[in-house]
Amino acid sequence: MTTMARSFLQAVATEEVVTPLRVVQIEGLAVLKIIKHCKEFSPALVTGQLLGLDVGRVLEVTNCFPFPIREEDEEIEADGANYQLEMMRCLREVNVDNNTVGWYQSTLLGSFQTVELIETFMNYQENIKRCVCIIYDPSRSNQGVLALKAMKLSDSFMDLYRSSNGNFSGEKLREKNLTWVDIFEEIPIKVSNSALISAFMTELEADSPVTQCDFDRLRLSTSPFMERNLEFLTECMDDLAVEQQKFQYYYRNVSRQQAQQQAWLQKRRTENMARKAAGEEPLPEEDPSNPIFKPIQEPTRLDSLLITNQISNYCNQINGVAGQSFTKLNLMKALHEN
Amino acid sequence: MAGNDRSVLQFVPSSTSVSAKVHPLVIFNICDCYVRRPDVAERVIGTLLGSLLPDGTVDIRNSYAVPHSEFSDQVALDIDYHHNMLASHQKVNPKEVIVGWYSTGFGVTGGSVLIHDFYSREVANPIHLTVDTGFRNGEGSIKAFVSNSLSLGDRQLAAQFQEIPLDLRMVEAERVGFDILKSPVVDKLPNDLEGMEASMERLLALIDDIYKYVDDVVEGRVTPNNEIGRAISDAIASLPKLSPSAFDKLVNDSLQDQLLLVYLSSITRTQLSLAEKLNTAAQIL
Repeated sequence: MTTMARSFLQAVATEEVVTPLRVVQIEGLAVLKIIKHCKEFSPALVTGQLLGLDVGRVLEVTNCFPFPIREEDEEIEADGANYQLEMMRCLREVNVDNNTVGWYQSTLLGSFQTVELIETFMNYQENIKRCVCIIYDPSRSNQGVLALKAMKLSDSFMDLYRSSNGNFSGEKLREKNLTWVDIFEEIPIKVSNSALISAFMTELEADSPVTQCDFDRLRLSTSPFMERNLEFLTECMDDLAVEQQKFQYYYRNVSRQQAQQQAWLQKRRTENMARKAAGEEPLPEEDPSNPIFKPIQEPTRLDSLLITNQISNYCNQINGVAGQSFTKLNLMKALHEN
Repeated sequence: MAGNDRSVLQFVPSSTSVSAKVHPLVIFNICDCYVRRPDVAERVIGTLLGSLLPDGTVDIRNSYAVPHSEFSDQVALDIDYHHNMLASHQKVNPKEVIVGWYSTGFGVTGGSVLIHDFYSREVANPIHLTVDTGFRNGEGSIKAFVSNSLSLGDRQLAAQFQEIPLDLRMVEAERVGFDILKSPVVDKLPNDLEGMEASMERLLALIDDIYKYVDDVVEGRVTPNNEIGRAISDAIASLPKLSPSAFDKLVNDSLQDQLLLVYLSSITRTQLSLAEKLNTAAQIL
């Protein structure tokens, strides 16, 4: 009830101006639900829907519900839509916020930057102006880290995506001055709990000076995590190299075509000169039916942008974990000397 | 409710020594439902989902509220709602089945028997979880009950609710961190290094405590406790015994590995920014 009161106040205060989304405020309940769902099905990747309220610059996520694991079958897909409606109806009956604000999904080592995510986001965006995607990484939780992230696509990227129909040329990217850093925007997360829950948790908190979280954090072994991270990194590098090759191929083709066009033009001109000398009408200097004038399709840049994003993500993770390991090793050393 | 114990009364015990374990999500869900209950409702009730662990403990992992109405001694439960919701939950996680029901309020009340009867038809020997959201005696007591029926010959006389042990340790909540779950507003999630720092500070404080205790014992200020002594020696013995040179080598090797990784990731990043520049700057001939 406290959150409700506050949200109304906030709503009144920020009614008029359309402000950009600044913070995602998640209830502890939703956090736990997301974690439970993602963890139970790990390593399979799962998704679910976020429910809540859009209050000015804060997007409140007050509840969520999981989706069943997706199947390709069409009949089951229709079933899934029914499930969603049914769930929303049921939750509304017990006064849960009945407003979709986005979705959550689990990820493996943060490899979530995919074309599918962008497509899903665009779909959501069509119906809900302000939506968000929450990403949770169950593999990281074993290290005592709460790997929860709120993501949205940046406005400039969405404009570009809409106008280009998924075909990203280098020209357009240059025009908008968009780099791989500008695709995703991370939004800071705030966690809120109702006073009642906060009272219960204070009551239930164990007295023991160490928690599971501490044990997880101080664990010395990080190599399996690092190994997989590196593995993914190498794969991504390979992908990127393939993408680069595509571009090289494209540029080579373009230059070859231009050379051909030049040669053709040269030939046509000399021919025309000859015709002029003979007193005939000159032939046109363009010939659309000739295959060498057909423009070559430029490969889309989206994939390489996304791969770049992923690589940078892996690099960040490696750096982060390595930093932690340094600390742990130093700690271990100090302990041993004692 | 048990009435007087005459010899003709038959006490049908349910399967012996049940205990239950509860996932923090369940408590959160119940509290949330209670906060969002309709104006007229005194309490909220709902279904508990979970599974039976091999050691006989009931693992309560999920829950959902079921709308109901109560008039004096009548209880009406929205059974359709209950079945719809159950079907939906089963679609996501077929392993979670009904294990009982919950109600807010302190202990068992009269109407509980009727609801319990209903759930007994859904599942054998359901668990009744009560969460005192009113903090009636100054603490939020969470209790779990099972019901035993008392019968006289063939006639059902009464049901007795018997409290069973409830494990509220909640490792899952510890994993997430109580800091996040217990305060009303947390502005920022702790990142890797901050969490690390907190854990290390706690470790340091613990070591200091142990030092202090050992010193106190040595100087005779505190009466020695054998158990603590054994625990300390166990902890020290758990450090692997390595010669200093071997240990140094070990540490240095790991350090080198990590450094190599950092180097690799930095070089990758440089490569990326370089590629980015080349890709976008390249003009088509």
